Amino acid sequence: MAILNVMLNQEQTLDAMFQALADPTRRRMVDRLSRGTASVSELAEPFSMSLPAIVQHLKVLEESGLVTTEKVGRVRTCTIDAGALSMVEKWINDRRIGWEKRLDRLGAFLDALPPDKPAG
Amino acid sequence: MTDRSIAHGSFTVERTYNHPVSRVFSAWSNPEFKRQWFGSPDPAKPNGVFEFKEGGREYNADRMGNDDFVYDVSYRDIVPDNRIIYTYEMHMNGRRISVSVATIEFTARDGGTRMVLREDGAFLDGLDTSAQREAGTNYLMDQVGLWLDKQ
Repeated sequence: MAILNVMLNQEQTLDAMFQALADPTRRRMVDRLSRGTASVSELAEPFSMSLPAIVQHLKVLEESGLVTTEKVGRVRTCTIDAGALSMVEKWINDRRIGWEKRLDRLGAFLDALPPDKPAG
Repeated sequence: MTDRSIAHGSFTVERTYNHPVSRVFSAWSNPEFKRQWFGSPDPAKPNGVFEFKEGGREYNADRMGNDDFVYDVSYRDIVPDNRIIYTYEMHMNGRRISVSVATIEFTARDGGTRMVLREDGAFLDGLDTSAQREAGTNYLMDQVGLWLDKQ
């Protein structure tokens, strides 16, 4: 699985991903792929738009790094790029946010201590 | 078979408190103090292990949603009123998911205390299950929503 940490410092790459997801059709496509791989025709099935239009959306998603596709014989299979959705960034962000909240509580605790309370 | 991988990540958080260093340090060293700001608000939760000394252990187990987390700390370096350095592991549902080193430094400043916490971690095996990948997508969608609001 590709590692996301190379992306942690690349704001532009995240921006490309967000641009790709600014479109509701592409969000639905990514949502579908998050539950498993799909061929292009499977991916196009729920949408009432032409196959070339779907393929165009898919291109944007591929260029953003969110989706990878592979042609085997006549079938093109689409997969969420595992590296793009690594939980590492989320995990670090969660840890940091958790600490921001804790340190706020630490401040409140200190402020609530009586002034001359001896240190433990 | 589990795919094996390591990803490295760090963060730093800082605060300035209008309190002397010894008081701020005691919020970490005194278990009664630490309990009041650190962790689970659940009063029914049994006390974990807390040994604030070099080589001492701190251990907390928590349930968040459908997941069980364990936070297992080993204090490595303690200089009173100056710094605390510990290493820790996190486990999720019985699996080790990270190993990290944390440093906390305390500096007197203008009658108060500047406190800096930094963590450097190794995140293991991509935390990668299909359920987590779906959760990762949901997270990404939330981030997109926030980003779109700013445009």
